[in-house]
Amino acid sequence: MIRFDHQVIGQWIKQGSRVLDLGCGDGQLMKYLQDKYHVSGYGVEIEVERVVSAIANGVNVIQRDLESGLLGFTEQSFDTVILSQTLQAMRKTEFLLNDMLRVGREGIVTFPNFGYWKNRWQVLTGYMPKSEDMPYEWHNTPNIHLCTLNDFERLCERLQIKVIERHVITEGKSVHLAPNLLGGLAMYRVTKIT
Amino acid sequence: MNLSLGNVQPQTKRFVEPLALSSGIILPEYELVYETYGELNQNKSNAVLICHALSGNHHVAGLYNDDPKTIGWWDNMVGPGKPIDTNRFFVIGVNNLGGCHGSTGPSSINPATQQPYGADFPFVTVEDWVLSQARLADYLGIECFAAVMGGSLGGMQALQWSISFPERVKHALVIASAPKLSAQNIGFNEVARQAITTDPHFFGGDFYQHQVVPHRGLRLARMLGHITYLSDDAMMEKFGRDLITSTPKFSLDVEFEIESYLRYQGDKFADRFDANTYLIMTKALDYFDPAQKTDNRLDFALSVARCRFLIVSFTSDWRFSPSRSEEIVEALMKNQLSVSYAEIESSQGHDSFLMENDDYFSVVKAYMNNVVKDTL
Repeated sequence: MIRFDHQVIGQWIKQGSRVLDLGCGDGQLMKYLQDKYHVSGYGVEIEVERVVSAIANGVNVIQRDLESGLLGFTEQSFDTVILSQTLQAMRKTEFLLNDMLRVGREGIVTFPNFGYWKNRWQVLTGYMPKSEDMPYEWHNTPNIHLCTLNDFERLCERLQIKVIERHVITEGKSVHLAPNLLGGLAMYRVTKIT
Repeated sequence: MNLSLGNVQPQTKRFVEPLALSSGIILPEYELVYETYGELNQNKSNAVLICHALSGNHHVAGLYNDDPKTIGWWDNMVGPGKPIDTNRFFVIGVNNLGGCHGSTGPSSINPATQQPYGADFPFVTVEDWVLSQARLADYLGIECFAAVMGGSLGGMQALQWSISFPERVKHALVIASAPKLSAQNIGFNEVARQAITTDPHFFGGDFYQHQVVPHRGLRLARMLGHITYLSDDAMMEKFGRDLITSTPKFSLDVEFEIESYLRYQGDKFADRFDANTYLIMTKALDYFDPAQKTDNRLDFALSVARCRFLIVSFTSDWRFSPSRSEEIVEALMKNQLSVSYAEIESSQGHDSFLMENDDYFSVVKAYMNNVVKDTL
């Protein structure tokens, strides 16, 4: 069973295109894109166990800390650079967004929407939110830069990043109504305004 | 991992077709000594060539005559059920030309003079080695290697294979290596060479006729090398500032554990290794620079490569640091070639590539599982 967010990403990827998946984990997404859309490219991953899993999944993987950016990757050498549920755990958010659109013509960014009503409700009741897309406790979460759809779109505007398409999902289903309130996971297809 | 191949046997192949070396010199004939482990499959698609580093040889894995002291230099990596699984691959280890373990080298008899070659043995390069290894592959009926693999200087050979014979290798595993030496690297090599060539027993390389060996020089060269193969942390961890006696003796005798260790390693090495081979191997390291012919652009040099790559480096390796491996990775990515790269956490310095390490072995194992699929 292919994860719904991966299927959405697939719909934004051209057949046979060049893809870079930042924070690729065990390589599941790249493997899916390779099998179904015949993409080529690399995953980037910091944890060695996941590097091993990605190799086992037949994915080219480069072990690297994304905080150091994409130095060594050539300008516009990928059709799409994916940052799937990784943005919120990065320290240098702006730097990475700019760098991914330096090496890729398009970017796909997905992140848990902090504005999701369940999150808001938990804050209202006096606790840090936990959800399917943010399963951590406040004291052990790797997420340091959580944001809402509105926050992300505002940052894009400031960084001269154009949103080509947006898809918001909750528990495996697309959300169309009041996405900043009803959406659990935000998915953006973006490009740099030239 | 204690599964071993058990006893193995070296073999020798004589080549009478002259070999034109990079230096311009032609070697009229030569021998290569090699070992093989596992079985070559029917379509001859499962051969893996292991290239050795500075002081290695063809005896990669297994034992001679049940003697545990004769265990191969990469026995932890190569064997049944090991990352390079001899149940699945036909593995070849070969002693490089210029070596001192059976292949034609400076201590071999020069047929023209009936004396050891000594100083007359030509300098050989990584390219020359790859060419000679390809001839061995021809002889063994291997058109295309499933993988060519090596660490350090061996990794340079694996990289050169992908350039010299792009159609004859499907995967290159380049471990703890570099696309060329830095000035510092060459500097270390030069000190080692000077230690050897200034030893009064060196006799310009023709010490064989004098029934001596430049033991002191070779020993010094190895002691220096050893320091650079380990990390500061690993040395501190292993030896610290421990004295072998309880109090300082205020003498030049061995006092610190590290002195004792280096002297021991130096002596052991000087007893078994040929000084001229050491000179030749270090020069081959210095000369290696595949980008030299392509405007100093490694990506141009690698544009001919067709195989897939696994590049591995080690965090504490300062002789061939991770950034040197990343240069290779970047050049491969510029060519949109298939490459995976792992930077393994290790405190063992450059020597890490020879040590058992769970992360390192898991990476190689996972990669070799994919290589197997390409042999079917």
